[in-house]
Amino acid sequence: MRTLLNILVKELLQLRRDPRILPILFVAPVVQLTILGYAATTDLRRVELAVCDLDRTNPSRDLVRRFTDSSYFRLVASLDDQRAIDRWLDSGRARIALTIPAGYAAVREAGGSAEVQLVADGSDAMTGTLGLSYAYGVIQQVAETDNLRLPIELRPKVLYNPDLISRNFMVPGVLAMILMIMTMMLSSMALVRETELGTMEQLLVTPLSPGAIILGKLVPYAMVGTVEILTALPVVLFWFEVPLRGSLAVLALLTVPFMLCTLGLGLLVSTLSRTQQQAMMISTFVFMLPQIYLSGFVFPIQNMPKAFQVVTYAVPLRYYVQVLRGVFLKGVGLEVLWPQGLAMLGLGVGILTLARIRFRRRLG
Amino acid sequence: MIRRMLAVAVKELLQLRRDRRTILALLAMPVVLLLIYGFALSFDVRDIRLAVVDQSRTRASREVIEAFLKSGYFVRVADLSEPRPLNGLFDRGTAQAALVIPAGFGADVAGRRPTALQFVLDGSDSQTANTVLGYARQIVNATGAGLFRVELRPPVVARPLVWYNPDLDSTIFLVPGLVAFILMVSSVIATALAVVREKERGTMESLRATPLVALELLVGKTLPYLLVASVSAAGSLTLAWGLFDVPIRGSVVWLALITVLFLAGGLGWGMFLSSLADTQQVAFQLGLLSSMLPTLLLSGFIFPISSMPRALQLISHIVPARYFISALREIVLKGVGPEVWWNDALALVAFGTVVLVLATVRTVRSL
Repeated sequence: MRTLLNILVKELLQLRRDPRILPILFVAPVVQLTILGYAATTDLRRVELAVCDLDRTNPSRDLVRRFTDSSYFRLVASLDDQRAIDRWLDSGRARIALTIPAGYAAVREAGGSAEVQLVADGSDAMTGTLGLSYAYGVIQQVAETDNLRLPIELRPKVLYNPDLISRNFMVPGVLAMILMIMTMMLSSMALVRETELGTMEQLLVTPLSPGAIILGKLVPYAMVGTVEILTALPVVLFWFEVPLRGSLAVLALLTVPFMLCTLGLGLLVSTLSRTQQQAMMISTFVFMLPQIYLSGFVFPIQNMPKAFQVVTYAVPLRYYVQVLRGVFLKGVGLEVLWPQGLAMLGLGVGILTLARIRFRRRLG
Repeated sequence: MIRRMLAVAVKELLQLRRDRRTILALLAMPVVLLLIYGFALSFDVRDIRLAVVDQSRTRASREVIEAFLKSGYFVRVADLSEPRPLNGLFDRGTAQAALVIPAGFGADVAGRRPTALQFVLDGSDSQTANTVLGYARQIVNATGAGLFRVELRPPVVARPLVWYNPDLDSTIFLVPGLVAFILMVSSVIATALAVVREKERGTMESLRATPLVALELLVGKTLPYLLVASVSAAGSLTLAWGLFDVPIRGSVVWLALITVLFLAGGLGWGMFLSSLADTQQVAFQLGLLSSMLPTLLLSGFIFPISSMPRALQLISHIVPARYFISALREIVLKGVGPEVWWNDALALVAFGTVVLVLATVRTVRSL
């Protein structure tokens, strides 16, 4: 126990002495979270709209006004000639074009269905899809003001995120990603640095067992990770105003097995590589990027091919993202999240065992 | 001057040839990454987990349920007779959406009275939720018209027309962005180590003794990487076209031109970082942080730039991938010529020039 404490103190001292490390550890997460929190939004606002009103009557102008009054669209061009739409869409200056044919008002006055045309730029599929569905919504409003009732009305009730704000969904994911990057980077350097500097020999002649060395390396980084979460949490809660419906205690409890996984992965990388540069390469391309893409953080897992869905079960970040979203948005506790906790615990123990075996083999 | 540049290029190429791992990383990595992520990334929502609460149990209610299941978007995960267990299903994520048919539904339809259905959905993923709601609306409107045997005559009907990507297939939209992302990361990291390696090994001294000026050294060092990166870019684009069915509607010549401009910018940025850093580790870290996150988040690859706050929109102007992705989609999907994307090309040239000048200035100082 004493020896363990000693190596712990040594690691912390080493961390403190590196002048670059402190800003990286505490400023970077907050800055990243702030920027990423703003950048990672799939809410569309101000979609560039071109309008070609060939009717030029009050009803047609009213329809155009409904589009421009909504915060979803921004009018970039009023065209007289339908052929000009080509140019605006080709150049990407407009994403959606609305054409109101001549005779629009006359058809409506006669009680008929007037047709308008919507052209969407599909090269940006996301803007195209959402832009079209917003446009349908605007047109639907016209029907509602005309008191047209659909035979069956669909009454939606949105749970957990009633205003459908994408930030509430993304920011907890960003938090998980940053925690993973930071803890993995640190621990992947941990052993390989000693090897590079040649101090590994000194460590080995001490009466410490490999397990103790690994543990002594892990605990300080786990502490750093905890502090990181604590500095980032206020940004999530008070700056981005993501609702916290569950309990922080559950979050804290389930963060432990996740850090076990990320720190363990870092150590594993450290035992696999000979230089710090290799360690960074391996951890970035073999472990971090796949986790980011396969965790459901941005791209929903259910949309992936079945084979990829199976692979995601081995991704610790997948479970932690679910935990964060569950605690923040759904307000659920351990009664729901225990499978995620157990999965991370299992993965963490497995990874650490592997790292220990590798470490011992390299010693021998 | 040209001859001296070429001499450096040949030396670097020889060195590169001996460094199998870097070559492999440069050539194979983009293709492998594209293969993996091209399949994994998609926003097309399928297999929506639907819980059904049928309190009506009539022919009409079964017809609505049938319509949902037959649409191909929904799979039924639970069949309930009352809504109370829904909370648990949503909390655990077993269900994403629930269709609640009230007890009076069948009678309303039989009596041809306007009626309503409730549709509960998990809004945590707002984008998926929006899409799911859109599907549900379409299905209910169509089924409603069928059940009531009415022809819906809304005052305004929209005839949608989607250009360039008629099925709004998200793969076609994401894969060009993915190509840009992978090329940016690999090209920056490749050169980020180029100059700093000479510093670390002490061979910078011997280079200093040659009559080379900084510009010759940098351009000479970049050329071989440009060659290798172009090969890997060609491979990635071919893969995008052959495997992911990304159409290449524009001219291949323009595509090659804009790609080379982008690669030169990325490689130049790596050179600049290399001249800043004293150790390979720092260079690598700088390269990774400055290429990966901005290209992922601020380039329009996934998240639309027009929805970001003004400050971030401004920052996105110094991210070269922004221009490349925009031009790439225009050439590949829209098939348009330089009259549309000349400003993107110009921005890439400007970026490349600025980073090369910066790198030269830095190198002159250290020489």
